[in-house]
Amino acid sequence: MTALADSAVPRLLRGVRVHWDAVRGTHVLLAPERVVRLDAVGHAVLSRLDGRCFGALVADLAATYAAPAAQIGADAGRFLTTLIERRMVEVDP
Amino acid sequence: MTLPPPMAMLAELTHRCPLACPYCSNPLALTPKGEELSTDDWARVFGEAARLGVLQLHLSGGEPLSRRDLPALVAAARGAGLYANLITSAIGLTEARLDALVEAGLDHVQLSLQGLGPAMADRIGGYAGGFAKKMDAARWIAARGVPLTLNAVMHRQNLADLDATIDLAVTLGARRVEVATVQFHGWAARNRAALMPTRDQARAAAATVAAARVRLRGRLVIDYVPADHHAAYPKACMGGWGSTGLNVTPEGLVLPCHAAQSIPHLTFWSVRDRGLAEIWTDSPAFAAYRGTDWMQEPCRSCDRRTVDWGGCRCQAMAMAGDAAATDPVCSKSPHHAALVAAAEADATAGDDIPFVYRAAV
Repeated sequence: MTALADSAVPRLLRGVRVHWDAVRGTHVLLAPERVVRLDAVGHAVLSRLDGRCFGALVADLAATYAAPAAQIGADAGRFLTTLIERRMVEVDP
Repeated sequence: MTLPPPMAMLAELTHRCPLACPYCSNPLALTPKGEELSTDDWARVFGEAARLGVLQLHLSGGEPLSRRDLPALVAAARGAGLYANLITSAIGLTEARLDALVEAGLDHVQLSLQGLGPAMADRIGGYAGGFAKKMDAARWIAARGVPLTLNAVMHRQNLADLDATIDLAVTLGARRVEVATVQFHGWAARNRAALMPTRDQARAAAATVAAARVRLRGRLVIDYVPADHHAAYPKACMGGWGSTGLNVTPEGLVLPCHAAQSIPHLTFWSVRDRGLAEIWTDSPAFAAYRGTDWMQEPCRSCDRRTVDWGGCRCQAMAMAGDAAATDPVCSKSPHHAALVAAAEADATAGDDIPFVYRAAV
C-alpha cells in the first residue's frame, strides 16, 4: 500500500460525511450506499481533514496523543488510502 | 438478546412511473396516487426512522420525481439527520428541479440504466427518448459535483454490453456502478423467458466484474448482484430478514423487503397506525423470519445458516410453495434441480419473446 506524501492534502469527497450515530453511540462515515463505523483513531483523522496537508495532520495527531509520528503516519496513511480506494476521500496533488 | 436497529430504509414514495420496465420491482397490484402518504406523513416517518437508528434513506418508487414535493421530502430527510439517496430514472428531471433537490440537501443520486444506447434502453423502459434524458441528467449531476451511481439492470438481452456499460459509468463521471442482474419477482417473474441469463452469461459477467474491479480500483466502486438462479448458494436477502433494513410502501405499509407482499399469509402494519419503532420490534411480519428459529432442514443444521440466512423468503414461497423453506437457489434444497431446469429452459427460450410491460398507475 502506497504511503501518502506529507504534502498531499486529503479531503472527504462530496456526499461523504462524518455523522454522530446517537442510537449506536459511535461516529460513522456516511457515503453512497455505505456506512463505515469509525473508531476513535478514524474519527480523529477524519475530523482533521480541513485543508491541511497529511504531514501537518500526522504531526497534530502525534502531539495530541503523545505517540510516535512514524506509527501514526503509517496507521493514518493506511486508513486514508483505503478510503481513497473506496471513493470516499480524494487527495489534491 | 436485544434487537439491533435497522441501518437503511427504502421509502417507496409512489408507484407512479413514466417507464414500464418488464422487471419492475413494484408489486403487481400498484397503489394509486390518492392513497399515497402525504408530505407530512413521510416527514414524520423519516424522523421516527432516524430516532430508531436508520442512517441511510433511499428515496425510491416508482419514479420519485413523480412527487411534486420531492425537494421538501429531501429537506425533511436531511433535517432528521438521514443520508438522502435518490433512486431515479431521471425522467422528469430538469436542471431547475435538480438545483432544488441539491439545495434541499440531496446527498447522492442513483440513476437507472436500462441499456447501452437508445435502441436497447428505450425498448426495455417502454419510453421513447428516455436514454437521451438520462445522459443529460448524468451530465447535470456531474456538473454539480453530486456523487452519482449508475444502476445498470442486466439480463439476457443486455449482458453482452456489460463491459461497455461499466466504461460508460466512468465516462459519465459516476463514482459507483451497481451491476444488478434481474431478480425474478413480480413483473420480472412474468418475463422470465425473455430475461433469464444463460449460465455462460452469468459466468462471463462474474469474470467481467472481477476484472473491472481490478482495472478501475480507486476510480469506480462496483457492486454486483449476480444471477442467483445460476448460483450454488442463495443471496443473503436483506442481509437477513428484519435485521438491517425496512421498506415503506407508498400507502405506508412497512415491509421487511420490497417483495414481501408476495407471501400471502403475512400482514403488514402501517405507519398510519403505529410508530416505526413499534413496527420494527413487534410486527409479526418482521418476527416471522427473523433470526434462525423459523428455519427448517436443511437450513436449520447448515453451517451457512447465519451466512445466507436461508436465502430469499419470497423465492421460497414462489418456487417451493412455503416461505419457510430453503431458498430453492440453494444446491441443498430439494427443489434446486427443478429451479435449475426452469432457469435453463427460460434462458434458451429464444430471442423474440414479447415483454409483458409493467402497468401504468
